[in-house]
Amino acid sequence: MSIKIGSKAYAERIQDGIDNSFMRKAVSSAQGRFRTGRLKAAEELGDWEDWRTLGEEIRSHTMENLDYYLHQLSEEVEKRGGTVFFAETAEEANAYVQEIAKKKQAKKVVKSKSMVTEEIGLNEALAESGCEVVESDLGEWILQLDEDPPSHIVTPALHKNKEQIRETFVKKKGYTKSDDPVELAAFAREQLRQDFLSADIGVTGCNFAVAESGAVTLVTNEGNARMVTSLPDTQISVMGMERIVPTWEDLEVVVSLLTRAAVGQKLTSYITALTGTRLEDEVDGPEDFHLVIVDNGRSKILGTEFQSALHCIRCAACINACPVYRHVGGHSYGSIYPGPIGAVLTPLLDGYEDHKELPYASSLCAACTEACPVKIPLHEHLIMHREIIVERERMNAKSEEIMMKGFAKWASTPAAYKMSTKMARTALKPWTKDEHIENGPGPLKGWTDQRDFPAPPKKSFREWYKHREERRNG
Amino acid sequence: MKVSLFITCLCDTITPDVGKDTVQLLERFGCEVDFPVGQTCCGQPAYNSGYKSESAKAMKQMIKAFEPSEFVVGPSGSCVQMIKEYPKVLKDEPEWRERAGRLAEKTYELTQFLVDVLKIENVGSTFKGTATYHPSCHMTRLLGVKDAPRILLENVEGLNLIDLPLKEDCCGFGGTFAVKNSAISGEMVQEKAEHIGETKADYLIGGDMGCLMNMGGRLRRNKQEVKVLHIAQVLNSQ
Ligand code: SF4
Repeated sequence: MSIKIGSKAYAERIQDGIDNSFMRKAVSSAQGRFRTGRLKAAEELGDWEDWRTLGEEIRSHTMENLDYYLHQLSEEVEKRGGTVFFAETAEEANAYVQEIAKKKQAKKVVKSKSMVTEEIGLNEALAESGCEVVESDLGEWILQLDEDPPSHIVTPALHKNKEQIRETFVKKKGYTKSDDPVELAAFAREQLRQDFLSADIGVTGCNFAVAESGAVTLVTNEGNARMVTSLPDTQISVMGMERIVPTWEDLEVVVSLLTRAAVGQKLTSYITALTGTRLEDEVDGPEDFHLVIVDNGRSKILGTEFQSALHCIRCAACINACPVYRHVGGHSYGSIYPGPIGAVLTPLLDGYEDHKELPYASSLCAACTEACPVKIPLHEHLIMHREIIVERERMNAKSEEIMMKGFAKWASTPAAYKMSTKMARTALKPWTKDEHIENGPGPLKGWTDQRDFPAPPKKSFREWYKHREERRNG
Repeated sequence: MKVSLFITCLCDTITPDVGKDTVQLLERFGCEVDFPVGQTCCGQPAYNSGYKSESAKAMKQMIKAFEPSEFVVGPSGSCVQMIKEYPKVLKDEPEWRERAGRLAEKTYELTQFLVDVLKIENVGSTFKGTATYHPSCHMTRLLGVKDAPRILLENVEGLNLIDLPLKEDCCGFGGTFAVKNSAISGEMVQEKAEHIGETKADYLIGGDMGCLMNMGGRLRRNKQEVKVLHIAQVLNSQ
């Protein structure tokens, strides 16, 4: 897999999303829960805005000194017996992991949920080198069995219900029991236990690396990361180069923001911190620890107007707040990063060519910006993308450009503007019925496909005002 | 107090009555109102579509039109918010940026002006009916006008205000979004229309003509008998 998922065109993906009434119901009820949770958790904190400011400060300080902290991190990791590898591209990262697998003659790899390995397509690369890869996060495991991409960054299988999950288990794993979530989870646990015990390599993502201590921390609710990181002898953590905080204190702030903003939890169930390899007197932990730090386009974002997109802590608050996501679901974005942050990040990492529609899949209502715990101005980034698509990449439709040029002329020439408002009624006459247009021409078509348009009345405001002035002045 | 009217392009062409109510309302509180005829459109359709240089042309026209004004007041949170963005958009042209800054500073949305500048919380109007209020996104989130409309409406005699479920969700207007991403926008406005239906209110009140046209158009398409009113019409009702 890579950032891009599926091969369907944008319009088709959107229609699929809209037509999937089951998914939409699941998404909207989940959004409801997450939103109330987030608001409640924020309220409990009392000074949410101060926390957001603090979160933003930590993130922007880190990004501005990223070289320094990455250097510190790698020194600390190595001091503790780990090996650090900086991968500029997805290919480099995959090749490095493949090499380790080869050296260890690994047959089985267990993983704990990680977006970045999804982004670089690590599972496919490992499969190519003959390794069986098992996702150990329940949601990811279900998706893996079903060969389906994630649709949400915190709850990846949000689009599936328990009946569908049962069906997958029956088909792929010979499951025989009911669709009771407790039974389903027990079955998954049983299956996964075998994998944990027999795996040669454990691969994890990284929520945040702590520069001062060389620790990689993982936030999970199922505790699966603990199994992945304590059972296999070889441990590989893969992180996007921006997923780093300077100190443990900073970690405390961002993790508090993460869990509260994501689903409204005060604390997550598990925070796992990996620091180097197993010491002589320790009973568990890996013998061999590798940290792969992936660039894959991130450093190109540094120093640009989009730098704050790298502040993202992947809490999904923006996704949960977004009314567009609510109606089209995650797969419509055609990217493993869906929702508002996905619409901002995907074109940055993967170029505009395949994703030029994403920045327009927003009404710019700014619910995302308001929800973001580290104050990323998501809707402003979307406008900036549009500007680049139009003015630099010139990927806009010619017809639209002509219209916008016309707009500029119209809006900067009061006489033309006045004339057109006067003519609007006459021009729209052929389509007007009952003072409304139900089936409009040209640019009105998109509008009237979904709703009626009121016909302009006989007199515009400016005409009324002019007459009033004339009457007044005699 | 001298107030220049900023009657947005939609209001001017499609709902001139909202403009008239705005005039009367301001005059009722002793404002000396004028209408600078050089004004056109705030430039938002082009700006939000990524056409920055085209939108800058509209912005400069607006800056010129309102240069002599003391206060500028408009019945639209979204368009007023656009004016607040001018200095940022024109940041690379120092002279225009400064002129934009002066305009941004003296421009207010109607209810914001009534409550924050004129210090009026009760306009002394009467409106009999059951209504629900949609707080539009740009007005509340970006312009930060959350309380003013609510305070003013709560003080209108006879008005029974019912809370709109998920009121903070966008109605799906978003300017060109409604046309460009018509299918998604349609789903959003449909959900909004259903929530409006749930309130059983006879009237839908809002402070942005674009959003009201969107919701009103869908309500009409759905044959839902809800009358759509701009807040100026309710506040100016006797
Ligand atoms: S952009 Fe903000 S709200 Fe969205 S996932 Fe990232 S941190 Fe969370």
